[in-house]
Amino acid sequence: MSICKEALYREIFPVDGGNFDDAGLVSGKIKMILKEMGLANDVVRRASLVTYESEINLVSYARHGRIELSVVPGHVAIEARDEGPGIHDIRVAIQKGWSTANDRIREMGFGAGMGLNNIRTFSDIFHISSEEGSGTRLRMIIHIPQNQNPKTGGIVP
Amino acid sequence: MLLREVQEILDAEILVGEDKLDLEVATAFGADLMSDVLAFAVSGCMLLTGLTNPQIVRTADVLDIAAIILVRGKKPTPETLRAAQEKRIPILSTKFILFESAGRLYEKGIVGCIRKVDQPSVHL
Repeated sequence: MSICKEALYREIFPVDGGNFDDAGLVSGKIKMILKEMGLANDVVRRASLVTYESEINLVSYARHGRIELSVVPGHVAIEARDEGPGIHDIRVAIQKGWSTANDRIREMGFGAGMGLNNIRTFSDIFHISSEEGSGTRLRMIIHIPQNQNPKTGGIVP
Repeated sequence: MLLREVQEILDAEILVGEDKLDLEVATAFGADLMSDVLAFAVSGCMLLTGLTNPQIVRTADVLDIAAIILVRGKKPTPETLRAAQEKRIPILSTKFILFESAGRLYEKGIVGCIRKVDQPSVHL
C-alpha cells in the first residue's frame, strides 16, 4: 500500500520499552491530531484505541520502537514497529487470554491477553508480523467514511 | 442524572472536575482491567475502578469517558491527578466498594453502558 505521496499527515513517535509512566502519551497525541483534523469521533476513538494497545505492548515487551501515524484520503494508518523479543506463535498470541505479562504490566490494568484481540476488533484491517528475537510489526487501518474527509490546512508537518 | 447527584449517592470526594458537576451521566462500566474497559466501555459512560495509575485517565481519554469514580477509598497518584487535570476528566473517590457503588447507582437509574458483552451498547 503506497501512502507517502498523498499523505495529509504523517508523524513518527518514538516509544521507549519499559517506560511505563509514559505509556499512553503517544495515543493521546494521536487522538488530538485526528480530532483537530475534523475526523469523526468513531474514527478518532478506534485509531487512538488501537494505538494505545500497541503502545502498551511496546512499553511492556520491547526494548524500543516507534509508532507511525499516516492519514491519507480514505483511511488512517497506524504502524507500530519494535525491536524486541518478537512473538513465537502469532496464532496463539492473538487468542483471547493468552499473555506473557509480568506483574508490572498487570498492575497497570493490562496483560490479560486482550490487547491484540482488541486491536484486531477495532481495526478495519489488521496485519501483524513478527520475527522471534528481532521484533514485531503491527499495521492497523481505520477507514474514514467518504463524507468525512479530513481537513488538511496547516497541519502537515 | 447529574454528576453532582452521583457524588451525593456515593458520598464521594471530588478530586478533579469541581466545575463539571453539572455533567449529565446515564451509564457506567466497572472494571480494574483496562483492556476490558477498552473492549467494552462506551463513550460518555462513567468508569468505576479500583486502579489509580495514569492509565485509567489515558484509557478514559481514548474512549471519551465522562468521569472516573475510584472505589474502595482509593486515591489517585500525583501523575494520575495531573493527567486528569490536563485532559479535563473528573475524578471522584468513594469509600464504597465496587459492588455497593454499582448497586447504589443502579438503584437510582444508572445502567451499564452494555448489559452483556455480546449485546449492543446502551444509549440513554
